[in-house]
Amino acid sequence: MLEIKQLHKSYPIGKDKLHVLKGIDLSVQSGELVAIMGSSGSGKSTLLNIIGMLDELDEGTYTLDNVPIVNLNEKKAAQYRNKFLGFIFQSFNLINYKNAVENVALPLYYQGFKRKERMEKAMFHLKKVGLENWAHHLPNELSGGQKQRVAIARALAAEPKLLLADEPTGALDTKTSYEIMDFIQELNDEGKTILIVTHEEDIANMCKRIVRLKDGVIMEDKFVEQVRASQYV
Amino acid sequence: MLKFLINRDTWQEIYDSLSKNKFRTIITMIGVWWGILLLIGLLGSARGMENSFNRMFGDFATNSVFVWAQSTSKPFKGFQEGRRIQLKLHDAKIIEKEVNGIEFVVPRNRSNALVVRKFQSGNYGIYGDYPLLDKVQKKKMQYGRFINQNDIDDNRKIAVISEDIYKQLFEKDEDAIGQYIQLNNSNFKVVGVFEVGRMSGGPQGEIHIPFTTFQKVYNTGNNMGWMMITGKSEYSIKQIEKDAKLILKNLHKVHPNDKRAFGSFNLGKMFAKMTGFLTGMQFLTWFVGIATLIAGVFAIGNILLITVKERTKEIGIRRALGATPYEIKRQIVMEAITLTLIAGLLGIISGGLILMAIDAAFGQGADATLVNASVSIPVVFLALTILVILGTLIGLIPAHKATSIKPIDALREE
Repeated sequence: MLEIKQLHKSYPIGKDKLHVLKGIDLSVQSGELVAIMGSSGSGKSTLLNIIGMLDELDEGTYTLDNVPIVNLNEKKAAQYRNKFLGFIFQSFNLINYKNAVENVALPLYYQGFKRKERMEKAMFHLKKVGLENWAHHLPNELSGGQKQRVAIARALAAEPKLLLADEPTGALDTKTSYEIMDFIQELNDEGKTILIVTHEEDIANMCKRIVRLKDGVIMEDKFVEQVRASQYV
Repeated sequence: MLKFLINRDTWQEIYDSLSKNKFRTIITMIGVWWGILLLIGLLGSARGMENSFNRMFGDFATNSVFVWAQSTSKPFKGFQEGRRIQLKLHDAKIIEKEVNGIEFVVPRNRSNALVVRKFQSGNYGIYGDYPLLDKVQKKKMQYGRFINQNDIDDNRKIAVISEDIYKQLFEKDEDAIGQYIQLNNSNFKVVGVFEVGRMSGGPQGEIHIPFTTFQKVYNTGNNMGWMMITGKSEYSIKQIEKDAKLILKNLHKVHPNDKRAFGSFNLGKMFAKMTGFLTGMQFLTWFVGIATLIAGVFAIGNILLITVKERTKEIGIRRALGATPYEIKRQIVMEAITLTLIAGLLGIISGGLILMAIDAAFGQGADATLVNASVSIPVVFLALTILVILGTLIGLIPAHKATSIKPIDALREE
């Protein structure tokens, strides 16, 4: 599904370079639920951005669904993002002047779906996250948990091969976090491949595999016994 | 691209982003609206002024010159200076024959006379004229006709009077045609009443009688008071004036450099000055209007640029969701064009309303300062086209800016 070999990434800071990722090897199979952990500055967000094609790698190779991701121009990157990836962000990143269903339909707009089809699909995914009654509400009329569910519905709408979540529960309280995790686990049960960046142990333990990063290298990569979130909800 | 333009979603996106940010949109549009309003208002007023000038000069053939005789200022061929010169009828014939590019030469005579009708009387200018005068200085007849060739041939005692004389000598709504007025103790039959243009006549009024009758009544023989010379439009009226004067000097034995012997009033020159003034004003109008438009369009660009900064995050989200840079650019440029177009159309409409108001306030009646203040449709389209082109160009700047930020940086923006 996802194959990363000897990935290096550094950022220029003034005259110096900050070497953020120092040779990452990571392989994720289809249907996995992976937590990428690490303290701040460990490079976990950078890794996610490279996987999400929002950032470019300096050295190494990256293959996604047997497609080598090299020499991406912005247009190609945009098309790959649209085709392969769904994003879930810590701060939800909904467009605040569009209502819930319009937000969910946005990736479909860029895929070229007709309006009617788009709205149908968007409503379907919104129903899946249990927000069909909130479809015509603007993001600022929704609670944090609801916003994140709209964001998840939006990520799902394009039917991506890989879901990338960057601290999806970072802005939520514990109860809502578990609700979201419960939902993510359900998605994973259905066969979706999901990568979660987090620094919360309990969230990581709800995944099936934990990859720990420290100072730009993988310290630990282990499969864990999944804690079901549903028991806390 | 065409498919994109007729796609409802395209306009939905644009409508959403513009309507959900009303304040920004309105502020942006005011600049362009104001610019095109000024352009239309100025152009319309300039046109109105031009029309009013044209109406003023409308009665006259504009490439014409009046020539009359005065007294010499230089001794020549045995004559002393200060000799009075009298123009003769055959001078006109010779000039018509000798000078290049002449259309008409119209001899005229003038005198003053007490005119009496019943118990009314007044002192008016009496003109001896040929029918040709109508060609040079158009008489707008209210009733009846102007002098004709038969009047000349038969020395008829007929008179064509101006509107104001009619008002003074006749009762209201009285039919003047066929009535008699007394002029130097002989009766003249009124055959026509003409309207007074703004440049001809004057307060004292005019009475035109046949030239030949004038000769008889005043015993002027072959003398003529002055002549009106009209040039064909492709000839310079200044040159015709010069040539005619030179011939006259030759005929009347006047020193070639004598500047005082013959007086003249060149209407063509006057008119050219006026036209020059109008052209200048039109240029100014365009200049000011377009400069204002450009300023307005820059205002749009500026605000879009701020907007793009404000919307960096939104653009980042869109790109994360798979929008290509081209799609983002297209959207921002389309927003710019839509804004300029709507603002421009509103400006055209309100400019038109203002012109209608101007027309109602200053455009009515004979003394109107701005006659039919208006803007032609092609000019409006030209302005609109310029707007759209400028809108596109100015939209490209924020569009480029929007896509030059990496999506990852855009998303980090708070």
